[in-house]
Amino acid sequence: MAFLMQNDTRFGLDKKTQLPGPVQLDSGVAFAPVDFAYETYGTLNADKSNAILICHALTGDQYVASNHPVTGKAGWWTRMVGPGKPIDPARHCIISINVLGSCMGSSGPASIDPVTGAPYAMGFPVITIADMVRAQALLLNHLGIETLEAVVGGSMGGMQALSWAALYPERVRSAVIIASTARHSAQNIAFHEVGRQAIMADPSWNNGAYYGHEAPAAGLAVARMAAHITYLSEAGLTEKFGRRLQNRDAKSFGFDADFQVESYLRHQGLSFVDRFDANSYLYITRAMDYFDLAEPHDGVLAKAFSGTKTRFCLISFDSDWLYPTAESRRIVHALNAAGAAASFVELSSPFGHDAFLLEAPEMNRIVDGFLRAGESR
Amino acid sequence: MTTLRSDLAIIAREVRPHARILDVGCGDGLLMAALRDTKHADARGMELDTRDVATAVARGLSVVQGDADTDLADYPDGSFDYAILSQTLQTTKRPDLVLDHLVRIGRQAFVSFPNFAQWRMRLAHMFGGRMPVTEQLPHSWYDTPNIHHVTIDDFRSFLAERDIRIEGQWFLSGDKPRNERLANLLAEHAVFLLRRD
Repeated sequence: MAFLMQNDTRFGLDKKTQLPGPVQLDSGVAFAPVDFAYETYGTLNADKSNAILICHALTGDQYVASNHPVTGKAGWWTRMVGPGKPIDPARHCIISINVLGSCMGSSGPASIDPVTGAPYAMGFPVITIADMVRAQALLLNHLGIETLEAVVGGSMGGMQALSWAALYPERVRSAVIIASTARHSAQNIAFHEVGRQAIMADPSWNNGAYYGHEAPAAGLAVARMAAHITYLSEAGLTEKFGRRLQNRDAKSFGFDADFQVESYLRHQGLSFVDRFDANSYLYITRAMDYFDLAEPHDGVLAKAFSGTKTRFCLISFDSDWLYPTAESRRIVHALNAAGAAASFVELSSPFGHDAFLLEAPEMNRIVDGFLRAGESR
Repeated sequence: MTTLRSDLAIIAREVRPHARILDVGCGDGLLMAALRDTKHADARGMELDTRDVATAVARGLSVVQGDADTDLADYPDGSFDYAILSQTLQTTKRPDLVLDHLVRIGRQAFVSFPNFAQWRMRLAHMFGGRMPVTEQLPHSWYDTPNIHHVTIDDFRSFLAERDIRIEGQWFLSGDKPRNERLANLLAEHAVFLLRRD
């Protein structure tokens, strides 16, 4: 089997494929054809029972455990995925797909519209989290994977994992949802709107038609700066920067980056624009804002999971104010009401929402035990 | 398999095979694991302590971090065959409300607790004039999780007031079972099987 897979060009690093589709979008659009950029690690076993789908966050990508082609940095979740880690290519066939609407090779606003021969730009249909999941299901069909041992994701990846369990319960045996939520709150939407307005206020944005011209880098950088604050915690910022000044002994009485925290945020904003498309940022934040898993079920979240056989594991972090523990508890409450097998734990971390990307031995221990228990059933 | 504490061993023995179980205050999940492995139970747990939850989940158990005093309200009526509260009643803020939830969520409920009227406790009070510190209740008065001490007779009269029926009762002195006679004086631990009519 391993030998067969080595010759199967559908599996491996940095894969790209186009499927005829269509993906039936929530907006009513039948989107086709669909480009996919994805990676796989490990080998699908003979009964195809060891596939794990990793879903990425807003600005994440398919490079979970391999170097990013633009930044050259290590994969974004090497602490969770890799040899000897809870999600291990020696045991699992790991799949990670760039989400629909993104800019790392899957169909998004920067992709070429086959009808016009030009980038879609704002002609790209507005998408939802469920649409991302429907697209992923198409690619899994193409890979010949019917059932997933697990869907795993943090933040927006957790929204996808929840949507997978709700849309395709028979295809998901276990779901791991970390630092996530079943709906975007008014505050979540508000922060995203600040980011979108920053992009759209940049003259270079030009109603999205900037491809081939100067990109709205200043707007996108501001969007990233605002969002980045929400990924940290006040205690974390205080510990890391306090009121310390940046490379100077005294305040400049000007608007330079006097404080270290300003310099840090500017750096975060500037380095982000090199690797991310502003229109993708608009579309994906929109998809997140539209996310409310209870909405299609008369507002009753439990109905999204009624009769489910999927096992769930939820983890939140006590300093995460973007998707606070209360949101995970709301999901757990719904899963209990639906009679689902659910585990939940709130872990302590000073690092806010980003804690799920950082070193967290307790998180790894829980995910490892949860996945192994599913494998032994 | 690790040997179960004697009150848990009674519960593990009495539970019907293939039952749906909620273990409230499940600790690191020893009882749940035993029920899963020996009775093929569909066991769920609730536990306050993060490390215990992590250990239980790593054991492959479905455990939710939560507080019996606040989070039992989230569970639907009759959603389990048994709700279990072992050695936890005396640590809750409102044992009365926790018990109401227990017999609401479970069609039956197991409750085990240390008996505060056992003769050693009485002697400690009568002759020592001090709050008892025993092997079963090893905490000093100022630093004890046991904030609502209860005796077997207190518990029985509470059940009578609330129309909660006793469907089984077991008493322990140390690890040894003992009969019902003078249980309030002689038993160190009690296990009750309850049902609300």
